Amino acid sequence: MNAPVDPKKLIKGGLHDWEVVIGMEIHAQVTSKAKLFSGAATAFGGEPNDHVSLVDAAMPGMLPVINQECVAQAVRTGLGLKAQINLRSVFDRKNYFYPDLPQGYQISQYKDPIVGEGEVLVDMPDGTSFTVGIERLHLEQDAGKSLHDQDPTRSFVDLNRSGVALMEIVSRPDLRSSEEAKAYVTKLRTILRYLGTCDGDMEKGNLRADVNVSVRRPGDPLGTRCEIKNVNSIRFIGQAVETEARRQIAILEDGGKIDQETRLFDPGKGETRSMRSKEEAHDYRYFPDPDLLPLEFEQSFVDELAKGLPELPDAKKARFVKDYGLSTYDAGVLVAERASADYYEAVAKGRDGKAAANWVINELFGRLNKESVGIEQTPVSADQLGAIVDLIGEGVISGKIAKDLFEIVWTEGGDPRAIVDSRGMKQVTDTGAIEAAVDEIIAKNPDKVAQAKEKPTLLGWFVGQTMKATGGKANPAAVNALLKAKLGID
Amino acid sequence: MSVDEKTVRRIAHLARIAVTDEEVGPLGAELNNILAFVEQLGTVDVSGVEPMTSVLPMAMKKREDAVTDGGRADAVIANAPETEDHYFLVPKVVE
Repeated sequence: MNAPVDPKKLIKGGLHDWEVVIGMEIHAQVTSKAKLFSGAATAFGGEPNDHVSLVDAAMPGMLPVINQECVAQAVRTGLGLKAQINLRSVFDRKNYFYPDLPQGYQISQYKDPIVGEGEVLVDMPDGTSFTVGIERLHLEQDAGKSLHDQDPTRSFVDLNRSGVALMEIVSRPDLRSSEEAKAYVTKLRTILRYLGTCDGDMEKGNLRADVNVSVRRPGDPLGTRCEIKNVNSIRFIGQAVETEARRQIAILEDGGKIDQETRLFDPGKGETRSMRSKEEAHDYRYFPDPDLLPLEFEQSFVDELAKGLPELPDAKKARFVKDYGLSTYDAGVLVAERASADYYEAVAKGRDGKAAANWVINELFGRLNKESVGIEQTPVSADQLGAIVDLIGEGVISGKIAKDLFEIVWTEGGDPRAIVDSRGMKQVTDTGAIEAAVDEIIAKNPDKVAQAKEKPTLLGWFVGQTMKATGGKANPAAVNALLKAKLGID
Repeated sequence: MSVDEKTVRRIAHLARIAVTDEEVGPLGAELNNILAFVEQLGTVDVSGVEPMTSVLPMAMKKREDAVTDGGRADAVIANAPETEDHYFLVPKVVE
């Protein structure tokens, strides 16, 4: 918690430099078909109150029965966070009143969570990484949804989400900047998506963050924190941290003190504001839920789940660096999504790993981003891209022609090799033909030839002219060599 | 342990039970009686005794992950005083 302070991360106030300290509680919706304690569907949307069992609506006499897949998902997540798995955990009731919480309490885990301490290795955009401690992960029920804008005097309540399983993942206050906070959530989301335990869809609210922010003078003990509730995008997490830290700094530099409270981030206004109404509800009076026995399982259950875990991003990244000779940066880009990593491996298999990475990252990802298309919907398959990489490797086409070919495959589809044949895109390696083109250009431009002897950079102009004359199909290496010889440039 | 008037009002509010001023005093006395009774349990030496969660040693029952319920919005809202389009309607609550 008291790691050396990095001056670059400090925030400049009017009077002093300040260090911001951030911890997060992430609510991740468990990927499952049915809810945590009932057989109703978890599917997003649906007609109002259609995905609701009488358990979720808290009808008298209804009893919760746990969904064992939700338990397995929590254990898998714990394993992915290199965390302690608790073979015995306890469900408690967290009591408060709100219209979308029909039970009057949320079934959660308080003293004895299913997962204990773990860690996440976080990668920063500059290639460095650091570790964030995980304090715990527990299972709990989601609440229903209230709509406040349908009627001037009434709130509308839909319980479709009520009872869906959530994992609350609590980090230690190990984050020191908005950039680190964003990188942490990004990495956690990636891990969850690899594990298949949460789809990480923040737009649907399937992953949301409560962000605890405090500030202090470097070296001082922790300041009083405020909790910013329910931030639902990674960008907003960064903005919320910045905004809240500056608010607190302004108060402290004016000689004021911070009230520990719950706040909301308003992205439209770019401010956080107090949620005073919730203040009083903070007495949750937790007690063990008498409807549920302790959750117990054997170590063998954990071991079995561990065996079924996929290769996780950190391991995959290390393997890409080692096996394919990639830079850590490129490897990091490729493993950010499991589908991207799988695609890359399909292209790289039996080929030059670096060339494959260049094509996947620069051409394919570039184009996908431009068109806002996900890797799952890519019009260029791994086989097609692999064939393009092969054609370059074999010297059949130049890198420049390959980009045209990529474009054709993207828009029209088809077998790249056949397209190269049928459209005459093969590069000219026949030195005779290239020489003819070079000679013609030299003959036409005696002035440039004379200049080139003084100014060798003019070579580029000759290369360009030759490529143009050959329709871009001349082998660039051959063109270079020929021109150098003829112009007398070393 | 004993409860004062302030605590009685607080507990009543947390439970959303309307308690009149006249009721606060007698309720406090009742609660204190109950607490005193429960406090007798504190005299029993339970060191080394595991808390009991169930009379019979049994494992928690678990379900398969299958959708077996839902699709009964009419029944879910049947007792609601006010509804519209299968939503529950409640007095407006806004943060």
